[in-house]
Amino acid sequence: MTSTLTRTGDDARDDHNHEEHGDHRMFGLATFLVADAMTFAGFFAAYLTFKAVNPLPEGAIFELELPLPILNTVLLLVSSATFHKAGQAIRQGDHGRCRRWLLISAALGIAFLASQMLEYFTLPFGLADNLYASTFYAATGFHGLHVTLGALMILIVWWQARPEGGRVTAENHFPLEAAELYWHFVDGIWVVLFVILYLL
Amino acid sequence: MTVATPPDIQSAAPRLQPSGWIRYFSFSVDHKVIGLQYLVCGFAFYLVGGALAGAIRTELASPVSDFMARDVYNQVLTLHGTVMIFLWIVPVVNGAFGNYLIPFYVGARDMAFPRLNAVAFWLIPPAGLMLISSYFLTGAAQSGWTAYPPLSITTPAAGQIIWILSVLLLGGSSIFGGINFIATILKLRRPGLKLMQLPMYCWAMLGTSILVVLSTPVLAGTLVLLSFDIVAHTGFFNPGMGGNVVVYQHLFWFYSHPAVYIMVLPAFGLVSEILPVHARKPLFGYVTMVYSIMAIVGLGLIVWAHHMFTSGTPPWMRLFFTIATAFIAVPTGIKFFNWLATLWGGRINLNSAMLFSCGFIVNFVLGGITGVALAQVPFDIHVHDTYFVVAHFHYIVFGGSVFVVFASVYHWYPKFTGRMLNEGLGRFHCALTFIGFNLCFGPQHWLGLNGMPRRVAEYDPQFTLINQISSVGALLMAVSTLPFLWNVVQSAFSGRIAGDNPWNALTPEWLTSSPPPVENWVGEAPLVEEPYGYGVPIDQLDLAAASGRDLWSSGK
Repeated sequence: MTSTLTRTGDDARDDHNHEEHGDHRMFGLATFLVADAMTFAGFFAAYLTFKAVNPLPEGAIFELELPLPILNTVLLLVSSATFHKAGQAIRQGDHGRCRRWLLISAALGIAFLASQMLEYFTLPFGLADNLYASTFYAATGFHGLHVTLGALMILIVWWQARPEGGRVTAENHFPLEAAELYWHFVDGIWVVLFVILYLL
Repeated sequence: MTVATPPDIQSAAPRLQPSGWIRYFSFSVDHKVIGLQYLVCGFAFYLVGGALAGAIRTELASPVSDFMARDVYNQVLTLHGTVMIFLWIVPVVNGAFGNYLIPFYVGARDMAFPRLNAVAFWLIPPAGLMLISSYFLTGAAQSGWTAYPPLSITTPAAGQIIWILSVLLLGGSSIFGGINFIATILKLRRPGLKLMQLPMYCWAMLGTSILVVLSTPVLAGTLVLLSFDIVAHTGFFNPGMGGNVVVYQHLFWFYSHPAVYIMVLPAFGLVSEILPVHARKPLFGYVTMVYSIMAIVGLGLIVWAHHMFTSGTPPWMRLFFTIATAFIAVPTGIKFFNWLATLWGGRINLNSAMLFSCGFIVNFVLGGITGVALAQVPFDIHVHDTYFVVAHFHYIVFGGSVFVVFASVYHWYPKFTGRMLNEGLGRFHCALTFIGFNLCFGPQHWLGLNGMPRRVAEYDPQFTLINQISSVGALLMAVSTLPFLWNVVQSAFSGRIAGDNPWNALTPEWLTSSPPPVENWVGEAPLVEEPYGYGVPIDQLDLAAASGRDLWSSGK
């Protein structure tokens, strides 16, 4: 029993490890998403408190239109469904169908971002105009950052799901499942955000 | 090890890991290496934070601002708080001992996500260096570790932004660590090991990690908003632009009150490991300990506004937070009495680890009592922002957590290095620390009750004598570090050989060699169903044969 022991060449125990330690990456990701959700919860709590105790000053403009955000909500919800389709396809080993659904999901995500940009450019207030405006941009911007990362992830998974030599296969599709969970999370946050910022 | 990696890559991985001393400066994925990295790195920052504390007490030895300029005092004060909290206590009681011990306790060969673990550690040195270098480059932040606006918006921006960036990095490190601990404790337990058989430190780390994951992100979001206020001139927390400073306080304390438990719950866990070993008795009231930890976690999330009784908090909110805070005294008191009952009638070995643990119990109950007092609105309004709060806080975090860190170093040093620490120097260190600590912070209660405000470089000359007594105590604490430093360095080379299990302890980290091999055990991990089974005489415990084997194994 020495401290210089290494695992090199000790394949038997490595196999043993496989039984001993299962794959907990999804659990880890889920825990991370709880933490991420708490960041949003902080923003929402701040916004709701501002609404409750800090009335909009005289002459300040904070007006939101509904059509674009409703379109955005639809885009994201549909993209969640298409991502789910991609997951089903890879489990059946159909790389082509999986990649098609992934591309559609990524396109929907990018369309969401474009539509969000359009909304930003047409809004009658800027980041530092007033308290509500600042909070609106902080919350939607932070969410937009998540969508951007998610769209990049989908494209990476799309590359990994290529039929020859990709990491994502019918047997081992953790990257896809992880990106899917993240994407559903980002969509879920959007629904909450939509209700709090646009409807309330 | 990430498990889905193909086996051939897995068996090749250790060859990429350096061995020998250089591994402590590498991106090692071994939880024991990472644990010691956290410990030594944290201790280096403790020396920095201690030097800053020395500067503060030197300034306060006289009532006028003569040792340093007022704005330098503000910077030193801010750096002291931030370094001690985010770079010393949180990384050491969580990262250092958590990484070293938790895989042993759950019977695993490493943490659930070893690479994430290494990333979490390596975020700390750059964040710390960035924070400290801000003092020399741009002038450090001046708004205290709480960074309350409007102070943090009106003081020089560069230092404040660097402060925010480094706290964000440290928060990220903390969250990654927390995720790793939750996954390791819940998912990596050895087959046959039930949750209610885990050593108490696992429960403490599980509770702490839940707090980390739920509350740290809120601080991160808040600091991002604060940085917008500074850089982009938004008005979230700027009353001049219609913003609301109290919202910052709510969001900040939603993290920073649980942060107190993030600093002290792991210490509770560590002391619960140390006391039974050196008192040769089972830990008293295991089940109540577990429920107490979880009650503290739950209550700890809903008491934050007791920091804000003077912030215009409405009466109903004061009432709620007073009651919730007072409730926390119940589970904490249960733990306190359980420790006493563990000691009661035990065959107590008064070595350094035990002495520091007893020092912890004494200091912590004093800090706890002032905590209950501070939870009462009428009293809090009187002493808010005075030295009474400083004294209370240091009784919890120094008298509590730091005493336990020292106790833990004396307890686990033989496991870390294979050598014993010098017992005489250890007791000397403990005596000096205990006297110095109480001399430094005890009189500050009186200062606070008599109205001396905290965080100010100058004070009413009537407080001079008591402040000088406090500064002498600080000097003693500084001196007390020297025997400790000498002890750990000298013993690493020429300490008595410890053997696998010098304390005849039963928790799993002792049932392997000292220091342990790369994957913790040669052969199967032991199944310890009774980590505190000290009811029988030592000579009836076949410990020599137990190392690395399954003494209590069900025979799997």
